[in-house]
Amino acid sequence: MTGASDSAHLSTLLESERETLLGRWVEIVAATMRGRLTADELRVELGELYALIERAVLGGDDEAAGELRAALGEISRSRARQGFTPTETATSVFALKQAVLERVEASADTAAYAEFAAFSSRVDELGLVTFETYAAAREQVIADQMEQLLELSTPVVKLWDGILGVPLVGTLDSARTQVVMESLLERLVETGSQIAILDITGVPAVDTEVAQHLLKTVMAARLMGTECVISGIRPQIAQTIVALGVEFGEIATKATLADALAYALDKTGAHPGERTGA
Amino acid sequence: MDRVPILKIGEVLLVSIQVDLQDQTVLALQEDLAERIVATGARGVIIDITAVDIVDSFIGRMFATIASMSRLMDAETVVVGMRPAVAITLVELGLSLGGVRTALDLEKGMRLLGAPLPAAGPGALDGR
Amino acid sequence: MTTPPGDALPIASNEDVVQVRQSVRAVAAAVGMSLVDQTKIVTAASELARNTFVHGGGGSAQVERVVNARGRPGVRLVFTDKGPGIPDVAQALTEGWTSGGGLGLGLPGTRRLVDEFELETAVGEGTTVTVAKWAR
Repeated sequence: MTGASDSAHLSTLLESERETLLGRWVEIVAATMRGRLTADELRVELGELYALIERAVLGGDDEAAGELRAALGEISRSRARQGFTPTETATSVFALKQAVLERVEASADTAAYAEFAAFSSRVDELGLVTFETYAAAREQVIADQMEQLLELSTPVVKLWDGILGVPLVGTLDSARTQVVMESLLERLVETGSQIAILDITGVPAVDTEVAQHLLKTVMAARLMGTECVISGIRPQIAQTIVALGVEFGEIATKATLADALAYALDKTGAHPGERTGA
Repeated sequence: MDRVPILKIGEVLLVSIQVDLQDQTVLALQEDLAERIVATGARGVIIDITAVDIVDSFIGRMFATIASMSRLMDAETVVVGMRPAVAITLVELGLSLGGVRTALDLEKGMRLLGAPLPAAGPGALDGR
Repeated sequence: MTTPPGDALPIASNEDVVQVRQSVRAVAAAVGMSLVDQTKIVTAASELARNTFVHGGGGSAQVERVVNARGRPGVRLVFTDKGPGIPDVAQALTEGWTSGGGLGLGLPGTRRLVDEFELETAVGEGTTVTVAKWAR
């Protein structure tokens, strides 16, 4: 930590020229923002950083150093969510150096100039802090989106009283099939449904692992006293399943979703047009 | 050791498992059930496992044993209320409970046995 | 509720098997496992604890909270007995094989419920099974 005595001149400068320096800092940063954040918003955000930098970097206040890291983390997290690039985020911090350097040069204060090198490397460190937090925040955003996609891509819908449907679209991998399996079985219990139709019309290919997962879903549904019908098995997939030697046994499979629904309606004894409790 | 109570509802014996089963309890239940089926002339057995959070191979095998044993005495067995997580685990473990009939809940299990449902509030006798 | 390493639970009776299940459930829930994964690891623990009691003549179980190389939390279980050991390990790990007595579905079923599985055994000296499962 840079002691107060090593940066006396800079401290004085930052304190006495607060408005000018902060104004210039906001100005430089605002130019890179292309209107995505207003000057007023930036002034509040950077004003807070400015005060913390004075205390932590120049004043050697450890408590302020912690607050500064937290504030920088918060700023880079919100920037990451708003879609700013990491360079833009780090530049927001680096811009302070430019603002300070301009003033130091103008003042021709050689002592302050000498202190600037140390100050500059401290600000660089702070810029890197935003970079790190930015990367972590982006990873979190990606992880959240993946999870949302997983949920989005596997809706369990009610087709009729006592009949649930899961239209599967896109590539099925092990993780997704597992999510489907769990949410389908949960919904069977919640709704008290007797039959579920897994429609794989929109699934381009089925490998051994996915076929096994589908099979397990059907078996688990059976253990719970319900039935699971697989529909939309296209010729290539049927060939794959046979070639893989996966035993689908006595599982009800139907060519189309319509066939499966007809089968399910027949099984539950429901007759279209005579819905109960509708 | 706890013993699992067996209730009689009409011609059906109802076993509702509410405790963490240990092997001795499982074996005792098998014996008790056999005796009660003979003594009551019950036509059906329902094992309600809604409250059971794990079924391992020993408990799973008990269901199969009770099912074949009661079938010999002309009573049908239905296991009801298996939780999704339990079902998924049993499948992974490799236990398919062949020969055991299952139903989603007690009501559907009673219906499967053709047993008259006790009159209750609306909803108890809805549907088919 | 976490059992510190080294503090092993005894497996000397049927009640102990239930006790092991409950300890494993508590730790699995504490590391944030999904309900399905909790159920799988508790079921695996039940199978292994019964093996330890019935085939190993009793022994102990160690239930630990662990973190893997990628920082994911999980549960590790170590079942140890000083029983007769398993003469043919390959056979014991073969699908569809159980040691009779109507107990257990054998080790392959249990192995499918966990992420890591390790078996050490010596005839006349005993058996140690170590399993681990990670929170997703």
